[in-house]
Amino acid sequence: MEVMFDMPDESNIKEVLKGVSRRKFIQGVIAGGAGVSAATYLFRASTATSAASAGERLITINVNGRDRRVDVMKQETLAMTLRYKLGLTGTKIGCDRAECGACTVLIDGVPRYSCSTLTHTVRNAKVLTIEGLAKEDGTLHPVQQGIIEEQGFQCAFCMSGFVMASVGFLQTNPNPTRAELAHGISGNLCRCQDYDKILTALLRGAEIMRGEATHA
Amino acid sequence: MPNKTEYGGNHKLIGKDYSTMDLHAKVTGQAKYAEDYRAEGMLFAKLLLSPMPHGRVRRIDTSAALAMPGVKGILTVDDLPAPADSLTDNGTVIHANKLGERGLTNEPLYQGEPILAVAAVDELTAAEAIEKIELDMEPLPFVIDPLETLRPGGPNPRVEGNIWYRPPAPPPKPGEAPKGGEGREGREGRGRGAPAPLEVKDWKWTEADFKDFNDGKLPIGKIPEDPGNSWSYGDVDAAFKNAALTLDESFTTPDTSHHCLETRTAMAYWQNGKVYVHTGTQSTIQTVPAIARWLNLKPEQVVLVSEYTGGGFGSKITGAISLIIPALLSKKCNAPVMMRVSREEETFIGRARPSILGRMKVGFSKEGKIIALDMFMLCNTGPYDAAGDAPSSGRIVSLLYQPENMRFRALTVMTNTPPRSAQSSPGGLQGIVVMEPILAKAARQLKVDQVEIRKVNAPEGKAKFGPEQRGRRAYATSAFLKDALDKGAEQFNWKERAASSPKRMGTKVRGVGVSSSCYVGGSTGFDGLLLIKPDGRVCFQSGIGNLGTESVIDVHRVAAEILGVPWEKCDVCWGTNDKHLPWTCVSGGSQTTHAMTRAAHAVATEAVQRLKEVAAKSMGGSPENYEVANERVFRKGGGGGMTLAQAAEKAIKLGGIYDGHDANPDVNRFTKAAAAALAGQGFIASARDKYPHDGQTHSYVATFAEVEVDLETGKYYLTDFLAYADVGTVLHPKALGGQVLGRSTLGIGHAIGQKWVMDPNYGAMLSRRFHHSKPPTILDVPAKMEWAALDIPDPETPVGSRGIGEPPVGGGCAAILNAIANAVGDEVFRRAPVYADGILLALENGHPMDHALTAHV
Ligand code: FES
Ligand code: FES
Repeated sequence: MEVMFDMPDESNIKEVLKGVSRRKFIQGVIAGGAGVSAATYLFRASTATSAASAGERLITINVNGRDRRVDVMKQETLAMTLRYKLGLTGTKIGCDRAECGACTVLIDGVPRYSCSTLTHTVRNAKVLTIEGLAKEDGTLHPVQQGIIEEQGFQCAFCMSGFVMASVGFLQTNPNPTRAELAHGISGNLCRCQDYDKILTALLRGAEIMRGEATHA
Repeated sequence: MPNKTEYGGNHKLIGKDYSTMDLHAKVTGQAKYAEDYRAEGMLFAKLLLSPMPHGRVRRIDTSAALAMPGVKGILTVDDLPAPADSLTDNGTVIHANKLGERGLTNEPLYQGEPILAVAAVDELTAAEAIEKIELDMEPLPFVIDPLETLRPGGPNPRVEGNIWYRPPAPPPKPGEAPKGGEGREGREGRGRGAPAPLEVKDWKWTEADFKDFNDGKLPIGKIPEDPGNSWSYGDVDAAFKNAALTLDESFTTPDTSHHCLETRTAMAYWQNGKVYVHTGTQSTIQTVPAIARWLNLKPEQVVLVSEYTGGGFGSKITGAISLIIPALLSKKCNAPVMMRVSREEETFIGRARPSILGRMKVGFSKEGKIIALDMFMLCNTGPYDAAGDAPSSGRIVSLLYQPENMRFRALTVMTNTPPRSAQSSPGGLQGIVVMEPILAKAARQLKVDQVEIRKVNAPEGKAKFGPEQRGRRAYATSAFLKDALDKGAEQFNWKERAASSPKRMGTKVRGVGVSSSCYVGGSTGFDGLLLIKPDGRVCFQSGIGNLGTESVIDVHRVAAEILGVPWEKCDVCWGTNDKHLPWTCVSGGSQTTHAMTRAAHAVATEAVQRLKEVAAKSMGGSPENYEVANERVFRKGGGGGMTLAQAAEKAIKLGGIYDGHDANPDVNRFTKAAAAALAGQGFIASARDKYPHDGQTHSYVATFAEVEVDLETGKYYLTDFLAYADVGTVLHPKALGGQVLGRSTLGIGHAIGQKWVMDPNYGAMLSRRFHHSKPPTILDVPAKMEWAALDIPDPETPVGSRGIGEPPVGGGCAAILNAIANAVGDEVFRRAPVYADGILLALENGHPMDHALTAHV
C-alpha cells in the first residue's frame, strides 16, 4: 500500500522510528483488517491498559499561543493529539490521508494537513487551530467574520480546514483575485461543493482583513 | 459579480438574507459533530470487513483477540436483535424484511461488508484484536455486473436470487381503503395497507433477449409485473410512425459514493434504560423511531444527539444502520463506545448512487417535440434494498420532457457491490442524463435551437405526467421552466454564444450546453411547535436535521413573520429529541422547505388565534376583536393589549391548550409528547399542516454551461456555469444559492470524474478514496458560477416555497455533457463521466470507444 507522509526531515523520521520497526510503524498508521484495510490513523489512549504500548513520551507543543504538555506516541499525528488529547475538536478528520484538507492547521503560519503531520515534528513550532483564531475577547478573525456575513459553507465539516488554509494564504497574498484564492485553497475539498459562496465569503474576509470593508 | 437579484418583495423576513444562528459555532470550531463528543470511559470500536464479495462465515475464532488486555467485547450478527415487524399509527403491520441489511452479517454480500466489531480501550488495540481473529469463510458465487446476472445461467448475488420481488397485494376487502401508494404524508402509514413482504427471486433473460448487446445497445428482456416499473400512456408504437426523427440510444450513468465529508461515525452509551446516540443524520426527529426499530426499543428509549451533520446527500436520511454497532457494543461492554468510520470504510458502508444503464428510443416531430418515448432503465442496486431510482427516473422524464406518448419499463437487479441508496435527485439525475444528450443530438439534426427544443418539450403550469392511476394522471402543482429557460438564456447570452459555438482557438475548442432539470420538491402533513417564553422570546422547535442547507432554521422565518416578531427575538431549538421536537418530514427528496414552511405557517396561524383567545380571556371581548403584531396582542382599532411576554405568563395560568398541557389534537404523537414535555414553560402552540394540496410538488432548473476542450490532450475545463431555478417563493437567497450551485456541482461530479471501478475477477472495489473517484474540487468549477431564481410562488402551498436539494443535480451533469458534445461532436461518449482519454480515443477513431454496457470500468 502506498502511504504518503508529511515528514519534513530525514533525521526526524529516524528519531520517530527509533525503537519501532517500519512494519509496526505502518501498522500503527494504517488500520489492519482482514483482507480489506480500514485504513485510518488510530487513536491510542494515554493509559497503560493498551495491549502493545508503542512507547509514549511527554513533550511540549505550543498550540494557540499556549505551551501544552502532552503524552504522545511516536507515530501519533497532530490531528489525533489535537482532537483526542487537547480537546481541540474544531480540527476535523475527513480522510486521514492528505486528500481533503479538513484537518488543516497553521504550523508556524503555514497551512499543513495535521492528519499527515507527526506531533513530534512540531515540538519547536507554533500551532494555530480554528479555536485559536478569534481574539481572547471573542472578536472573530476577519475570515470568520466574512463567512458569517456571507452565509458561507453548508455543513461546515470542511470549514475549519478552509478557514485555516485561507488565513495562511492571505498572509502571503492579502489581496488575491478570485482565481488566485481558489488556487491558494485548492488543497481543501468541500463535499457540499458550494465553492462559489465559499470563495465569496473568504474574499469578504480578505476585504475585512485589509480594512476596506465596514462590518455589516 | 455576486448575485444581486432582490428577493422577498414586501415580506419582512421571507426572501431576505440573514446569517443563521448556527454559523458562529461553526466558524469558531465549537460546533460538535458526532466524533467531537467524549464520554467517561469511552471505548473505541473497529470493524472486521469481509475480504470477499460473497461468502459464508464457517467459523470465527475470537479467543486470541478476547484474551488481549484492553479488549472489552466483540459483537457479531448473533448479538443483533432479530428483524421485527413494526406497527404504524393506524395499526398496519409493516413486515420486517428478513433478507434486509442488518449491520453485521455471517453471509457478506459485498466486499467490505462488516462481519463483526471489536470494542477496546483504544483503536490500536481494537485493530490489533481484529488482526488476531481467525475467520474461516466459504466463498460463494458472486456477480458485480447487472447484465451478467441476467444472462441465462448467470451467477446470482444472493443464494436466493438477484431481484427483489413483491407479490401483488391482495385486492382490498370491500369497505377498505385502497392499498399501496408512496405516501409522503406526515402521519406514518396513513392510507397505506400492509404490502406483502419482499421476496428475492431468480430472474434471467434469454439468449435472444441479449441480441442487441453486441451492437452496443442495451438489451431489453422481460421484467416482473409491477406498476411502478412498467407503465405507459398514449399509443407509443403508432406515434413512432409519425416521427420526423427517431433516435435509439443507450447510455450508462456512474455509481457515485456519497462520501459526505463527515463519515457515518457514531458514539453511543446507555443510561437508565435509554440509549444515547451521537451521530450525523439528515432528519433529527425521524431518526428516533428508526433507531428504535433497529434496536428493537420504544422511541421513548432513544435519545439522539445530532446538532451538526457533515453532509448527507441521501445517505443519512435517518442516520445509518451502522450506528447500532456502537450502541450494542456499548450495552455489551457497559461503557460508551465510539465507532469512527474511516474514509475507506465509508466507501463500503457509506452508500452510493446506483448506476443505471438506460436505453431510450425517442421519436421527434420536426419542431423537436417528443411525440413518442420508449424508455428502459436497468438499475444496479447492490445486494440490499432496492433503490427507488429506476421508477423515479420514469416519472421525472415524463414530467420534464412531456412526451406525448410514453412507455416506461425498469428493472432493478442486485449485485455483490456496496449497497446503494438515494442520492440527491435519485433517478432524476439518471433519467435526465440519459435523455439530455439525445435531445441535444436531435436539436442538431433537426436544426432547432437547443433552448427552443427544451421549451417545446417543457412542462407548463399544472403539467400532467406519468401513467393514469385511479382514473387520472398525476400533475405538477406548477411549472415555470419555460420562463427559467428564457431568463437563463438571456443572462447567459445563449443566442450569441450558441451561434458562435463550437469555437476553435488553436488546439482548444469551446462548446456550450443547456439542460432542463427537475425533481420532486415537497411533501405535506407535518407539524409545527413553538413556545413563547415569559421573557417574550419565541422559540421554534425544529425536528429538521442540520446538514447545512439551513432549512432547520430558515423555515421558521415564516412563522416569525406571521407572528410579527423580530428575528432577533427568536430562537431555534434543534439537534436532539431531548429538547422536545415536533414530527417533521425527513430531509430527503427536497421535501423540507415545502413541507416545513407549511407546518411553520400552520403553527403560526394557530398561535395567532390562540394568542387572541388568551387576550380575550384576560381583557374581555371575543378573540376576533384582537390582532397580533409588533410583539403584542391588542384590540383592533386601539384599546387594551398585552405584550407577548405577558400573554405567555397568562397562558401558563390558563394551562390546557395554551401552555402545552393539551396539544392540538391534529398533531402526531411525537409532537404531542414534545408539547407535554415543554408544558408550563410559556405559551405553546402546535399545529399540523392541513392545507389543501392536490398536485405533486416539483422544482425546476434551467442549466447553462460552457466547456473548453483541449484537442491535443483531451482535457477539458468548465469555463462558465449558470443555473436558473424555479423553486417557488425564495425563502433565504444565500442558502438557496448554496443549494442551487452546490447540488449542481454534485451533478457536475458525475460528468467529469466520479465513478466506481471494480475488479471483475475478485469483485473488489478499486476506487476506495477521494482520489480514486474524486468529487469536484474548487479548481474543477469556474471561479465564478452564477445562479438566479424566478421567485414565482407555487399556487398550492401557502408560502409558495418549494424544495431545491435535488432539482439542480441532473442539470449540472447534463449541461456539461451537452457542452462537451457541442465542442467535439455527438459521437464521443456513451457513458458518464467523460474522461480525457475517452475524448482522444473517440476523436481518433471517429466514434465512441467507451464500453457503454460494462459495469464499473
Ligand atoms: S483529514 Fe487530513 S487531509 Fe483529509
Ligand atoms: S460545507 Fe460540507 S463539506 Fe464543505
